[in-house]
Amino acid sequence: MAGPGRKALLDPLFENNPIALQVLGICSALAVTTKMETSVVMCGAVIFVLTFSNFFVSLLRNNIPSSIRIIVQLTIISSLVIIADQFLKAYLYDISKQLSVFVGLIITNCIIMGRAEAYAMQNRPSLSIMDGLGNGFGYSLILLATGFFRELLGSGKLFGHTVLPLVTEGGWYSPNGLMTLSAGAFFIIGGFIWALRVWKRDQVEEEG
Amino acid sequence: MQHSVAYTILFAGLICVVCAVLVSSSAVSLSELQQANAALDKRKNVLLAAGLAQPSERLDAAQVQERFRVVKPVVIDIQSGEAAPAIDASTFDQRKARNDPDSSRPAPANNSSISRLPNHAVVYQVLNGAGELQMVVLPIEGYGLWSTLYGFLSLDADTKTVRGLTYYQHGETPGLGGEVDNPLWKSRWPGRIAFDSTGQTVIEVIKGRAGPPEDDPHRVDGLAGATITSRGVTNMLRFWLGENGFGPYLNRLRDSRKSS
Repeated sequence: MAGPGRKALLDPLFENNPIALQVLGICSALAVTTKMETSVVMCGAVIFVLTFSNFFVSLLRNNIPSSIRIIVQLTIISSLVIIADQFLKAYLYDISKQLSVFVGLIITNCIIMGRAEAYAMQNRPSLSIMDGLGNGFGYSLILLATGFFRELLGSGKLFGHTVLPLVTEGGWYSPNGLMTLSAGAFFIIGGFIWALRVWKRDQVEEEG
Repeated sequence: MQHSVAYTILFAGLICVVCAVLVSSSAVSLSELQQANAALDKRKNVLLAAGLAQPSERLDAAQVQERFRVVKPVVIDIQSGEAAPAIDASTFDQRKARNDPDSSRPAPANNSSISRLPNHAVVYQVLNGAGELQMVVLPIEGYGLWSTLYGFLSLDADTKTVRGLTYYQHGETPGLGGEVDNPLWKSRWPGRIAFDSTGQTVIEVIKGRAGPPEDDPHRVDGLAGATITSRGVTNMLRFWLGENGFGPYLNRLRDSRKSS
């Protein structure tokens, strides 16, 4: 793979992670990560929307009148979100009920409009797809890791299967209630950001 | 790059048309599957309200149909409480009936923002092997904070004791009013008594904690951070169990139990 495509795909994982470095998309990262199952579906929906919105915006980038470019981007993004939502309702009804408004709220996920405006408007479609996929994976990486810890520590399960038998069900593990609340996700995501910045010192912001 | 005003308007119009076609064709082509899902979900919720399925269980379509065999949907006339055998319960759409002026009437004043009442409603009778009534599951709806909540209330054959409450559609705030879905909160309902000794509907969602059903039969814990949704639940239960809701039907059930 060529240099810029590879960079667009892999950089958002650790070097320039949308959640850990740019601290975008936190709202949904807190809301849907109580379980692995909802996290996975949310990640799929975001990757779909992000990749295609980057592609379409990039395809039209030389034709979009700059005076209305933001609303054009939003129209494309929201159409994609509605389509994703319709598919979830048709094929994954239960999970779409659990995700409730958060699929619709992908429209307001800053990562998506951020990438459309900052990247897809300046780069060719093939690169923009890579960038969309990369940022989608970067977002997913944090979401899945957060979902893993929250479901495991909060309810002793993974994908709904019991891993740590709960005291209430005759096991030994007493669940950490904090993990099932949004606040738990703050601690976990904060932990990731800290770990990432210990590993990659250049991400540490200068105090001033 | 500068574009002319005409170009900008044309571009905006084209984008709108293309996006609208994409969105509406996906919505139309998937609506059949979505409706089948919604119908199955409704049945599942009848089973949940009746305690014939547990929230932790994952039932596929066949299992839901299998368990639904003990459930007999019956169309009733709301005002008289009589069964209306002329209407087929499997095709009757209560919400459609409510919105059609020919099959509904303006609702009497109520606190649940219910503006129209259908003439008929589907209730679900849960029968045992001998065909005796075990439970009756009533469809309820009413306004919370943002949205109308749709759900089922299941009463014991004595028509007073709550056996379960569940909501299958609402748009309340996730985490606050949306906690009407919470299995733990729903588990507070079975065993509560909806009516006092004089037949008044006294069931109430209170602020704070209620005692166990034996000591505190008419009250249920409120949802933290969701005062208005909690109040909405109280209001809709009182409406649907009252004389304008399923009161006449429940009276008939009571009478038939006494006479048998």
